[in-house]
Amino acid sequence: MASFIQLLVSGLATGAIYALIAVGFTLLWQTSQTINFAQGEFVMLPAFFILAAMNVGAPFWLAALIGLALSIVILGVLFKFIIVDPMLKHGVLPLVISSIALSLFLKEAAKDFYSAQAQPFPSLVSAEDVHFLGAVISTQSLVVLAVAIVTVVALNLLLNKTRLGRCMQATAQNSTLARILGIPVKRMVLYTFVLNAALVAIASILISPIYLAKFTNGETLGMAAFIAAIIGGFNQVRGAILGGIILGILDNLSAAYLSSQYRGAFPLIILIVVILWRPQGLLGRLEERTV
Amino acid sequence: MNRYATIAVTIAAGFAVALPFFLKPFGIYLISMWAVLTLAAIGLNLTLGYAGQVSLAQGAFVGIGAYSVALLTPIGVPFPLALLCGGLLCFAIGWVLGYPALRVQHHYLAFVTLAFSTLVFLVLRNEEWLTGGIYGIAGTERPSLLGWSTDDARRFYFFCLGTLAVLSVAVGWMLRSPWGRAFVALRENPLRALSLGLDTRRYTLMAFAIGSTLGGLAGGLYAPLVQFIEPNAFALGMSFNILLMVIVGGSGRFFGPFVGALIAVLLPEWMRVAQGYYLILYAMLVMVLMAFCPSGVLGLVERLFKAATAKRAPTVPAQTASHQAGASTS
Repeated sequence: MASFIQLLVSGLATGAIYALIAVGFTLLWQTSQTINFAQGEFVMLPAFFILAAMNVGAPFWLAALIGLALSIVILGVLFKFIIVDPMLKHGVLPLVISSIALSLFLKEAAKDFYSAQAQPFPSLVSAEDVHFLGAVISTQSLVVLAVAIVTVVALNLLLNKTRLGRCMQATAQNSTLARILGIPVKRMVLYTFVLNAALVAIASILISPIYLAKFTNGETLGMAAFIAAIIGGFNQVRGAILGGIILGILDNLSAAYLSSQYRGAFPLIILIVVILWRPQGLLGRLEERTV
Repeated sequence: MNRYATIAVTIAAGFAVALPFFLKPFGIYLISMWAVLTLAAIGLNLTLGYAGQVSLAQGAFVGIGAYSVALLTPIGVPFPLALLCGGLLCFAIGWVLGYPALRVQHHYLAFVTLAFSTLVFLVLRNEEWLTGGIYGIAGTERPSLLGWSTDDARRFYFFCLGTLAVLSVAVGWMLRSPWGRAFVALRENPLRALSLGLDTRRYTLMAFAIGSTLGGLAGGLYAPLVQFIEPNAFALGMSFNILLMVIVGGSGRFFGPFVGALIAVLLPEWMRVAQGYYLILYAMLVMVLMAFCPSGVLGLVERLFKAATAKRAPTVPAQTASHQAGASTS
């Protein structure tokens, strides 16, 4: 029982991080039909921005802010204007190819310009253990969980309670109608890219102390984000959150209780099952198919 | 246009035959790899370019074919039979993998095939009793055909080239048959194809199965070419790479995979002068190409060709022809 709680909490923590990444992923899909195959690398990169800033002497909080700002500029604004915008008119597939190439680019850039070695990354809190019902839970997991929950709540408040958020949702649901209603659609699309960049930067700060900052981190993270987004529902923010959490817990429990060798296989099997029986995802709405 | 295309293909074929006599062993290895990967890319081009079904699993099929040959030949199965077994296995698995394609399209299908490809990787890595796990399988022998041993690198290249030629002619013939037309109809307008009485269900499965078979056959040649196979070679990277070949060359164009595979095999080698940065440059080139010409290199050539002929109509000067040939062979 104790080990079950332990696994559950650390699974929740990883799942919450997956959820953040998946939310950004679905936001991009909803507003601009962008399937970002480089999403995992987007999470890998901000950690290196922060490390680079700390190398020139910035304290951690300042470096984190610099990392956040850099990722908003590079992974949000520049990504939209340089990669996505010229490609959108060509349809989905060229953009998919381009984002695959971008993921290779970012990975190699991090390797060549920073380091091929895994870098230790400062943790938000010192590693201590909390005892709860006989289970040993690290404060790190709890902090990760807390930050992720705060981020998700803030995001939900932004999207549902503010005018800006409602405009963004309208853009995502029906951009033509949104434009007719006087919503500046282009700016809203840009905001979602900025939002995605901020989310991946937060995810990066949360996950790098656990996995260390390494240029290959993006591979597994990107895959987790896709799977979470699809399990939960590609067109729903809360679906992506649910998917991320399911994935994190499932990953930890299956590794412990079923087979650690095939740990990577369980999410994939769930993915295939969900796609075959409920392609719109657990919480997703059915999208009308264009003829 | 057609006449120039014929000239270009003839020149390119001449190059392909003459080239190994001027190359060092590593060069011959590279062009053999080109022939093998072209075959796999032709398969994906059939599934993706003609039938319009996105697949990120072609690398996995190459792996299945490679492991079939590497496992069957040491226990005494003759190479052609082992190759055939690999191809048939891929046909069957490809057929089954086609079923999701009946239900979901586009990016969902991309993710299903992505998941499949990772599952294959996990099986290859974990089932050590069969596949040797991460240690891989070394020393797959090159076949000898009717007493003609292909142990020599150049001979093996010709064997690969011959297989490629035979299979690409077969695919070309199939594309001109009602089947090929049905594949294109599937891509262009599945609903209309269905209402015209095409059995879209069967053709979708067929497109997957045949495309996968070609991947498996390519894998059957890959094992004796590299003579060392391990699961990582067939992970997602290879599927992405083959997808890049198809798109960069020009998806839905018959000669697209030939050009795309050439670029994907040679460009990184040429850019080794840039040392560690060559993959960065390669990735940038792909992004630039996608931004300016999503129909691939052949689409670009076609566009330039059309622009040139429009300017100097009605007689087409020889200069554009040589340009066409140069672009398809380089």
